Amino acid sequence: MAEEARDAVVIPIGTGGRPGRGTGSARPSSAARNLAPAAKRSPRRPAPRKPAAPGPDAPRAVEPAEQPVAEQPATEQTAAGRTATPRAERIAEAAPTTGIPVGDWLSAFQGAAHEVFGADWERRLAELMAFARRRLEGDFEIDDYGFDRELTERFFMAALRPVAEKWFRLEVRGLDNIPAEGGALVVSNHSGTVPVDGLMTMLAVHDHAGRFLRPLGADLVFKMPVVSSLARKSGATLACVEDAERMLSGGDLVGVWPEGFKGIGKPFSERYKLQRFGRGGFVSAALRTGVPIIPLSVVGAEEIYPLVGNVPSLARLLGVPYIPITPFFPWLGPLGLVPLPSKWILEFGEPIRTDAYDATEAEDPMLVFNVTDQVRETIQHTLFDLLRDREGVFG
Amino acid sequence: MGRVVLVTGISRDIGRRFARAAASDPSIERVIGVDVVPPRGDIGDVSFVRADIRNPVIAKVLAKEDVDTVVHMSVIATPGSAGGRGTMKELNVIGSMQLLAACQKSTTVERLVVKSTTTVYGSSPRDPAMFTEDMGPKRLPASGYAKDVYEIEGYVRGFARRRPDVAVTMIRAANVVGPHVDSPLTNYFRLPVIPRALGFDPRLQFLHEDDLLRVLRHAAITGIPGTFNVAGDGMLTLTQAVRRLGKPSVSMPRFAVGRLGATMRQARLSDFSPEQLGFLTYGRGVDTTRMRDVLGFEPRFTTAEAFADFCREMAPTTEAPERVAAGHG
Repeated sequence: MAEEARDAVVIPIGTGGRPGRGTGSARPSSAARNLAPAAKRSPRRPAPRKPAAPGPDAPRAVEPAEQPVAEQPATEQTAAGRTATPRAERIAEAAPTTGIPVGDWLSAFQGAAHEVFGADWERRLAELMAFARRRLEGDFEIDDYGFDRELTERFFMAALRPVAEKWFRLEVRGLDNIPAEGGALVVSNHSGTVPVDGLMTMLAVHDHAGRFLRPLGADLVFKMPVVSSLARKSGATLACVEDAERMLSGGDLVGVWPEGFKGIGKPFSERYKLQRFGRGGFVSAALRTGVPIIPLSVVGAEEIYPLVGNVPSLARLLGVPYIPITPFFPWLGPLGLVPLPSKWILEFGEPIRTDAYDATEAEDPMLVFNVTDQVRETIQHTLFDLLRDREGVFG
Repeated sequence: MGRVVLVTGISRDIGRRFARAAASDPSIERVIGVDVVPPRGDIGDVSFVRADIRNPVIAKVLAKEDVDTVVHMSVIATPGSAGGRGTMKELNVIGSMQLLAACQKSTTVERLVVKSTTTVYGSSPRDPAMFTEDMGPKRLPASGYAKDVYEIEGYVRGFARRRPDVAVTMIRAANVVGPHVDSPLTNYFRLPVIPRALGFDPRLQFLHEDDLLRVLRHAAITGIPGTFNVAGDGMLTLTQAVRRLGKPSVSMPRFAVGRLGATMRQARLSDFSPEQLGFLTYGRGVDTTRMRDVLGFEPRFTTAEAFADFCREMAPTTEAPERVAAGHG
């Protein structure tokens, strides 16, 4: 037994600087090894299994001795990763077994967990497990519109955040204009071929204003598989008067993009030129519920997928508003789906109050048109200002 | 003086149970159950009259028994027991027309309660998140149960116009679930593996069977006229429902689910109608504010609780083999 163990120290890689195979000095000759065939084979085969199997007593003995060592640095401020290397050496000397000892696995796991979840990784990991269990058992809540708050916060927002911060380098201005509570209607320009601007606005509002923006989407969104369920789960609902008024009177922060497909599907040559603002349905919804309208101007979204062409016949066939052709899209295949890393600026303008009007004045088309124009002009002028302001498309 | 209540559709379980519950109510003197076939279970104090509401006999029953409250709940959702779709339509639409004609002639009827369904709103991607009672379907139903109910509602509204002295209450109930409910939707959830449309997660709203009985009784006793959505509070998505049920589900493209449903219908395994496919793709939500404020009714079960009760009933029959197969202890 002792002989086997001694052999085992020599053979595996990573012997901690001692002479290895072929140096000759510390090893028995090949003739000597041939004399003991069992001793030769044993270290190779069972050894890697040893730490995993609970059988041998050697790794067991190591574990309790190691546990306090591992715990102390974890509770102190030192990184767990740094203590891993000296300990590995000590284990190799103290209990000369082969393979990777349990203690190493543990510390590597702890190090990784620390790396991923930060200092209070144990609590975070437990939360994550609880989250996974709740999802699998269907034990979560949705609201009347199908909004799944937990999934949105933990998953959608977390997935979008690096894109917003690292890729588009979102700059948000005028955050004071978002009311801390109560219903409000955010009206934004729409651009970028794919409605990424909506997602980024949702993230910006959540991260900086601490509220959820409830977007209103076209019925095409709710017709498409996958997209429809994702949209409902992230808080969207159909852009119709009933839903808009229900959400606004319920005190939600609602986002609309009145340009619709005319806005996101416009050619690159018309960038930053606002299209017609629908039929002003959003204004009458705001008038009826008496909530402020917050104009939002987004600069940068136009350049992510420069739309240079369209295939109207194919689009009609598929029942979608347009099939985008960009300088990269069908030509580079999936690589063409990567958006260009333009620099984004989101500016929330001063709220346009509607509570001075009577709810019945929502029936006055002239007033509705005037307010619509006012919102549109505000966004258009802010867009021009921001364009003058920015240092370059990718700056 | 107590009321005399006539209940149609008593041969079905839900009708029979409502009639029994109504008979035990102190403010109701007598309950008369009407149907083509005799009820299968114990009907207690309810007196049964074998009559077909599709012919004028029903008017004689109304007159002879001095009925003052009619509860119409014989609108069936599946042709299943009745035979073909033609028979189902005749039972539903012609039966309702005859009943309404009899009520219009009657001098004693003061109240009419019609059990309708939220299926009349249909299911489409252009639906608002929550339907209120004033809204109609975005697209008129082309066939089946939804069309029948839509037409019946039209006749009921016509009746209410012609007889303003009769208090007409229309209860649009959400999908009813519960241990005793045998409906297309509960049959769907009783399938061993649940097929669903890929990429869609509809919002579902349920009403517990006890709450349905309670709201019908409430309507018959109080006689508050109007149309009311009745559903449990809150929503469940299909994903939540399937996971709470603990059953495996298989997602397939929408047309494949439709094809599968047609095959299963032919094989009489399950009734998976086109409007149910729409419901299980796009879902539906109804606003129940008016139920609370005007009708003054409060359901005991929320949507989630109603579904949990339904799951509990399923547990002894399906859970044992299910658990082994799914491997969770």
